[in-house]
Amino acid sequence: MIDFMFYFLTALTVLSAMMVPCSRNPVNGAMFMIVSFVGTAALFALLQAFFLAIVQVLVYAGAVMVLFLFIIMLLNVEKTEAKKLNTGVALLSVGAYLAMLFAVSYLFVVGNAGPFPELPIGAVPGSLTKHFGYELFTKYMLPFQVTGFLLLIAMVGVIYISKKPADQQPKTTASGEGVS
Amino acid sequence: MTIGLNAFLTVSGLLFAVGFFGVLLRRNTLVIYMCLELMLNAANLALVAFSRYNLADERPMMDGNVFVFFIITVAAAEVAVGLAIIVQLFRKRQTVMVDEVAVLKEP
Repeated sequence: MIDFMFYFLTALTVLSAMMVPCSRNPVNGAMFMIVSFVGTAALFALLQAFFLAIVQVLVYAGAVMVLFLFIIMLLNVEKTEAKKLNTGVALLSVGAYLAMLFAVSYLFVVGNAGPFPELPIGAVPGSLTKHFGYELFTKYMLPFQVTGFLLLIAMVGVIYISKKPADQQPKTTASGEGVS
Repeated sequence: MTIGLNAFLTVSGLLFAVGFFGVLLRRNTLVIYMCLELMLNAANLALVAFSRYNLADERPMMDGNVFVFFIITVAAAEVAVGLAIIVQLFRKRQTVMVDEVAVLKEP
């Protein structure tokens, strides 16, 4: 059962990820990306990282991709018109991709890194959020605080970068309403 | 359960390769950025797989999971800043295609 779930989720994730750079319309690509992220979250759940699966869906698929879709629709990007294919580059990239596939599959077939612990049905002790939180707040306390600062800095940076130049700022009346 | 660590690493490698060639071969800045996030996602999967399949002296190893937590957080901040830059680029140049903003290229 778990084997079937693994193969199914792998097919879902990889096939929808392959459609992202291949889709003509960027909105379609973003939708395929969301499917790929949800598939990855399911793979996390298969690896008993339940908290990370939820965080992946909430943050990556739920916030980051929604932001992408906002920007794609804001910039009103048209569908890409078909460019004349550079045959040499296309052949080289397909060849490199097949080589990479072959190398990864070779490692999969030949390499055997020793006895793997069985994945039992149900929660292992390490999958509880309690252990995750314990490790996060004791051993990784400093990166945790630094990441908080980083988010604040990113927020300030985004607001500053997105400002229009001073001569194009919309003027507001004294009551704070914008003037058209 | 016969799925080993190598299977998950294969999946991670496949996702990384897809994102890698998406970055190289697409001209739209937003699609390039999405494929970049795909590469980060592949690395996250590899880290969680390593964290699950290794035990640190009988206790489960959570280091990979915590690392992925930080990667997701930093990637979200990076996406926000990068998209703000792309929006400003669009305001300046009215385009998001990378070969139309190749100003530093030699003529």
